[in-house]
Amino acid sequence: MATETAQRSAEPGDVSEHLTKEDRIGLLRAMLMMRGIEERAMTLYRQGKVPGSFYDGYGQEAVSAGAAWAMAPRDRLCILHRDLAAHVIRGVPAARIFAQYMGREGGITGGRDGNVHFGDRTKGCVGMVSMLPDMMLVATGLAMAFKLRREERCAITWFGDGSTSRGDFHEAMNWAGVQRLPVIFVLENNQYAYSTPLDQQFAVDPVERAAAYGFPGLTVDGNDCEAMFEAVREARERAIGGGGPTLIEAVTMRMHGHAAHDDMKYVPKAQIEEWRAKDPIDRQVKRVEALGVDVQALRDEVKAEIERGVEEALAMPMPDPDTAADRVFADEPALLEDGNAPWSGFARTS
Amino acid sequence: MPTMTYLQAIGDAMREEMRSDERVFVMGEDIGVFGGAFKVTDGFIEEFGAGRVMDTPLAESGIIGTAIGAAVEGLRPITEMQFADFVSCGFDQLVNVAGKMYYRQGLSVNITVRLPSGGGFSGGPFHSQNPEAWFMHAPGLKVVAPSTAEDAKGLLISAVRDPNPVVYMEHKHLYRRVKGDVPEGTYETPFSARVAREGTDLAVIAYGAMVHTALEATADIDGASVEVLDLRSLVPLDEEAILASVRKCSKVVIVDEANQTCATGAQVAALIAERAWEDLDGPVVRVATPDVPIPFSPSLEQAVLPQVDDVREACRELLEY
Repeated sequence: MATETAQRSAEPGDVSEHLTKEDRIGLLRAMLMMRGIEERAMTLYRQGKVPGSFYDGYGQEAVSAGAAWAMAPRDRLCILHRDLAAHVIRGVPAARIFAQYMGREGGITGGRDGNVHFGDRTKGCVGMVSMLPDMMLVATGLAMAFKLRREERCAITWFGDGSTSRGDFHEAMNWAGVQRLPVIFVLENNQYAYSTPLDQQFAVDPVERAAAYGFPGLTVDGNDCEAMFEAVREARERAIGGGGPTLIEAVTMRMHGHAAHDDMKYVPKAQIEEWRAKDPIDRQVKRVEALGVDVQALRDEVKAEIERGVEEALAMPMPDPDTAADRVFADEPALLEDGNAPWSGFARTS
Repeated sequence: MPTMTYLQAIGDAMREEMRSDERVFVMGEDIGVFGGAFKVTDGFIEEFGAGRVMDTPLAESGIIGTAIGAAVEGLRPITEMQFADFVSCGFDQLVNVAGKMYYRQGLSVNITVRLPSGGGFSGGPFHSQNPEAWFMHAPGLKVVAPSTAEDAKGLLISAVRDPNPVVYMEHKHLYRRVKGDVPEGTYETPFSARVAREGTDLAVIAYGAMVHTALEATADIDGASVEVLDLRSLVPLDEEAILASVRKCSKVVIVDEANQTCATGAQVAALIAERAWEDLDGPVVRVATPDVPIPFSPSLEQAVLPQVDDVREACRELLEY
């Protein structure tokens, strides 16, 4: 769209000087974990071991991996349903993710909510709700707390192109702009909101709206995890320095249906083929292979970890029906805690 | 012990909590420099500064949604809806995000949502509602509704300290009409019912402004001994206190200012039907606002809101049953 934005290179290359070899491998590993877990879970769904429906982020792995890689331990994340890599990076083990999908006791929500509706509070993550983009306001409130306490911390949230049509998008963008809050809004533009294409969702690319709220908006190649990392790293630097929020539009493609039942007949085949050539994992594999890394060994290691997670989850019990009405109210405060932040940049400064 | 209006007691509760706990702050539309549409937070911004007395954009979903974010980080926001009616614009954040968060994620949401509610002064269809039942029906939310100045302060302090989202119904018509002795400092009022007047012949069960209507209506009905039970808390509902009043009096009138269908009184009546059938000596009688929007004109508004005479007549009829 005709907007003056920082469009980043679609070609694999060194887009960030802030990533070490280990970081770049770590980014690939997080994306492989996401894809591997979701592919395995889809099989479990077809076998009837995952109740409800199943939602995945195939083809969008770079958006959550790159963004989450830039977040510090005490930062907070409100994660969307096609952003599994963010959970992986914060330290949620595969077994608990599979248990979550299967509605088991050991899932993050203990079977009280399904599929990707989870956030591990002990890792600094808040679980999403189905009403989108409600979590934009929650992330804005997290940032409000940081500002009130004068802490150098940042909140981040992801939401889709469809979310930009709802009032909470406006309320959060406006609020964050008025109060200049340390929050990063990642607009995950994956071309379709369920079956609705972009041209039926908005008349103007929503990244342009950022200017109207008084802060920067930029468009990033959402299939390049390093470009995502760099954009979020810069936004975070600005946020914790008092420079206010940033809207980052990550352009990507939802390569699967909205959920497992959706055959995507409304998507032209050519569009799928076009985006298949931009696969975010293939692109990072090339970079990492160029660094002399044995990617096949990494794939094998990830696969083994995922299989261990499946076995562990399948051994977990279903929740006790007698507990279904428990835990509606809290007796004691249970708040967010800090999560993993593997980026080497934090290790260097801490 | 100082005497305060109901409104002053609400302000006093927030001021005392803000003085003793730096996690507590207030946010809402026009609450800072202006001191709030009803002046509940008058003088707050001078004492606590604009950071903790936050004038917000005109965005009710934003107020509740950002309060949730601040709460899960350990702060204790008190949000003001300028009128209870406007909470409809924040309904989704309150019901879907705040109410379900602990059950789903084990993450507690310590927010207080103040709702200036109720009619009786020609506020019309958008400034007079009593929406408490919307939130009673939403799991995970507590709902309280004080009728006295002392309880207005104590229940608000309890709400601020409760780790769960609490909907605090403050009746606008009581703001300056009701006065009473209010203890200094901080104290918590439990989320349970209170016997406003002891009696043995008939029990009137009410909350908020209707407690005063009930007390006035039953002050002298041919010498009958009428108990008035002030529910104070709607979620949790003090079932044992309700059942105790029914066992003692055998006749019950339930008064709601809210629209009658699925109102608090309906829940109380259902409870009595299930658990106190054998104790009754007459039908459970309800007095409530019919299912109409609250009209503007005084003659129309008085026709729909329960009046002292309506309650007295209902009690007299039941006593004669």
